[in-house]
Amino acid sequence: MISQHSFQEMLRIEADQVCVDYNGTVALYDASLKLKSGCICGLVGMNGAGKSTFFKALMGFVRPSMGTIRINGIAVSSAQRNQAVAYVPQNEGIDCSFPVSVWDVVMMGRYGAMNFLRIPRESDRRAVWHALERVELTDYRKRPIGSLSGGQRKRAFLARAIAQRASVLLLDEPFTGVDVRTEKLMSELFLQFRNEGRTILISTHDLSHVRDLCDLVVLINKTVLAYGDTSEVFTPENLTMTFGGISPEFLSGSTSTEDFKE
Amino acid sequence: MNELFISISPASLFLEPLSHDFMRRALMVSALVGGVCGFLSCYMTLKGWALMGDAVSHAVMPGVVVAYALGFPFSIGAFVFGVGSVALIGFVKQKSRVKEDTVIGLVFTGFFALGLVLVSKIKSNIDLLHILFGSPLGISKSDVNQTIIISGIVVLLLLLFRKDFMLYCFDPTHARSIGINTGLLHYLLLSALSLAAVAGLQTVGIILVVAMLITPGATAYLLTDSFDRMTILAIFSSVISSVIGVYISFWSDIETGGSIVLVQTLIFLLAFLFAPKYGILKFKGSINS
Repeated sequence: MISQHSFQEMLRIEADQVCVDYNGTVALYDASLKLKSGCICGLVGMNGAGKSTFFKALMGFVRPSMGTIRINGIAVSSAQRNQAVAYVPQNEGIDCSFPVSVWDVVMMGRYGAMNFLRIPRESDRRAVWHALERVELTDYRKRPIGSLSGGQRKRAFLARAIAQRASVLLLDEPFTGVDVRTEKLMSELFLQFRNEGRTILISTHDLSHVRDLCDLVVLINKTVLAYGDTSEVFTPENLTMTFGGISPEFLSGSTSTEDFKE
Repeated sequence: MNELFISISPASLFLEPLSHDFMRRALMVSALVGGVCGFLSCYMTLKGWALMGDAVSHAVMPGVVVAYALGFPFSIGAFVFGVGSVALIGFVKQKSRVKEDTVIGLVFTGFFALGLVLVSKIKSNIDLLHILFGSPLGISKSDVNQTIIISGIVVLLLLLFRKDFMLYCFDPTHARSIGINTGLLHYLLLSALSLAAVAGLQTVGIILVVAMLITPGATAYLLTDSFDRMTILAIFSSVISSVIGVYISFWSDIETGGSIVLVQTLIFLLAFLFAPKYGILKFKGSINS
């Protein structure tokens, strides 16, 4: 939940020397990061650099073998119960033939706040309606999720995060496969979220959107290489380092970059 | 038989069997099991657990044999082995590099083979054919009671966790990120599967019970885009096919399990051909074209 006051100086995400390994294979080491409330932050790195591992750690799916993570000043598991973290999946990560309507999907954002049987109250329905309004999908609420375009589907999942009233939003490649209208709407929404005190972390290798939209950038390759204001961190040297010695101009949008090891 | 058909009216075609105690019992049990399996089949088809259903239903075989031999309710033995097989599949998958579908196939055939060996070795009055192919027309009173209890538990589980299971099938990542215990849901759904397989074994037997656990869900999936409607349609088609199957079996003296599953398959075929939106024969000029 977001309280309208007192978020000015509050830390939304606090990662301190986080290490994650899967059965001895190190996915992330010594990653430290502090994000205040009300910022848009790009998480940039190549495939296998640990972006999704970092997301998983923030959602509490993997436990760091060393270091600590705090969300809104409390442990990840408690933040989870407070519905503090919302994950907006990549379009490919969703079963589009699942028999649910747009309304149903957005309502899933309310599940955590509902009772055991997940029976929606009037307030839940209002939250869903309001969220649909913000992403301009009210007319589509009865449509099956699979009948939407890629961009509309992305908006539906964004609406779910809004309905959840999460203060930390994790977005996985939000700009892939999205139409111009959605792109514009999403950018506006992200700015509104920032003003509402939410913190948005965008995992991507789409550099142009990061440059235009993000206040902060985190460059990672198994660890946090650099982070700070976009204008300072987003330098050709840093990017070359992030992408393992390859100049970023050659790999805009490329996904087949080989894993780089020092 | 022929004279019988000539002398009776269509109404008595349905009513006459009801005068037999065993038929009333068979119809009741088949409809109940059909409904329960139909309910669960929605989750099985959406989660992609058809092979898992097949595995669990085969794996209960040694449990049934051991339970009969030792003289305790067959459902307990079956449930233990059903859940055991699932745990074993999870364990082997985690500890070895063998792919999941291979592990599933490996474990369930192993269990099933153990069951066959046990039946041939343990001297008892178990009828192998009844376990393999079911025999709702010959079901005993105590078996009816067991089936009612099992069905009750499964229905209760599904009703309580209906929405959570749906979310778990659709988007487990989101479920987990809002603090829902997806590990628990996973095992609850597998337990429900084991129990439903045990119940289904009564009517269609071990070999065909997987049909009860997927066909109604698949049929309903072709007919609607709403999860609630899918659930209702699956239960409805499953109950109807169970009842029709038992009737056909009674009047034409064919194997009951086979007849129930055939009716289910036939209904699926109709949906596959004629479903308004997802059937392959969409009528030209209709609104959907």
